[in-house]
Amino acid sequence: MTWAVVTFPGSNCDRDSWHALGDVLGFDVKPVFHKTTTLPPCDAVVIPGGFSYGDYLRCGALAKLSPIMPAIRAFADGGGLVVGICNGFQILCEAGLLPGALVRNSHLRFVSRLVSLRVERADTAFTGGYAAGDLIDLPIAHGEGNYVADAATIVELEREHRILFRYTGPVRSDVPDGNPNGSTNAIAGIMNRRGNVMGMMPHPERATDPLISRPDGANVFHSMAAWAGLHPRLQS
Amino acid sequence: MKARVYVTYKDGVLDPQGQTVCRFLQSHGEERVRDVRIGKYIEFEVEDRPHDELERMLIDISDKLLANPVIESYRVELP
Repeated sequence: MTWAVVTFPGSNCDRDSWHALGDVLGFDVKPVFHKTTTLPPCDAVVIPGGFSYGDYLRCGALAKLSPIMPAIRAFADGGGLVVGICNGFQILCEAGLLPGALVRNSHLRFVSRLVSLRVERADTAFTGGYAAGDLIDLPIAHGEGNYVADAATIVELEREHRILFRYTGPVRSDVPDGNPNGSTNAIAGIMNRRGNVMGMMPHPERATDPLISRPDGANVFHSMAAWAGLHPRLQS
Repeated sequence: MKARVYVTYKDGVLDPQGQTVCRFLQSHGEERVRDVRIGKYIEFEVEDRPHDELERMLIDISDKLLANPVIESYRVELP
């Protein structure tokens, strides 16, 4: 399984992603700089967290026009797996690969802590390694993670079961309760209609190494690897 | 020539910054303030060109970059 991890100016979870995917999970990782216009042959693309272009103008607004983006769009259009984490989620929404937008946290504060999530379904490329209803803890670190979309889009996401992760109550006594940013319907992660592009605000790559945390995030990547194994497509 | 673009949250999109400022003002006795919306103001220095050409360009830039149509609307101003 080969993963492309894209670095934008201001990305700061690209190395976390390399570490998680390569050192911890043992996959092959190909770093990709945003100025290139092609992706290396790979099975999945990670758009990591951080502050692309300093989050100037809007989170993800400038990154969506980076030279690499047409290649990522083509990869997604061809059915390739794309996951955007935190700033990567913001970029995918800005680029129109996922619906909606992420705006300032409703309480206006940057939040950096563990949150509890409910895995809403386990029959997708991104959640196949979990069971529906699983409660997991992942770290978040964002100032603009409040998911919004027009009412019709929210209804559609709910009806089509495209909400994969939702903020929920605590599963451990040291993890505070509830929705940390005011997201509509406590949405933490969604996928596109085709089921091959996912965005989520929490950081699964920061919860893979048992040395530093409970590895609740590893299954996102194991799920994608299993799915890619069942649906092989090495694309250049 | 100077051109100006104003980007604001659409009506109905929660503007937590605006609400915070609004609540602050109201709690400091400015009961005349009903609502506050905070947006962005972007200034362009542009070549002297026909008005409609510049307006088209700025609308294009605003659609593609300055505003996110999911949450924001914009207004273009030319002298």
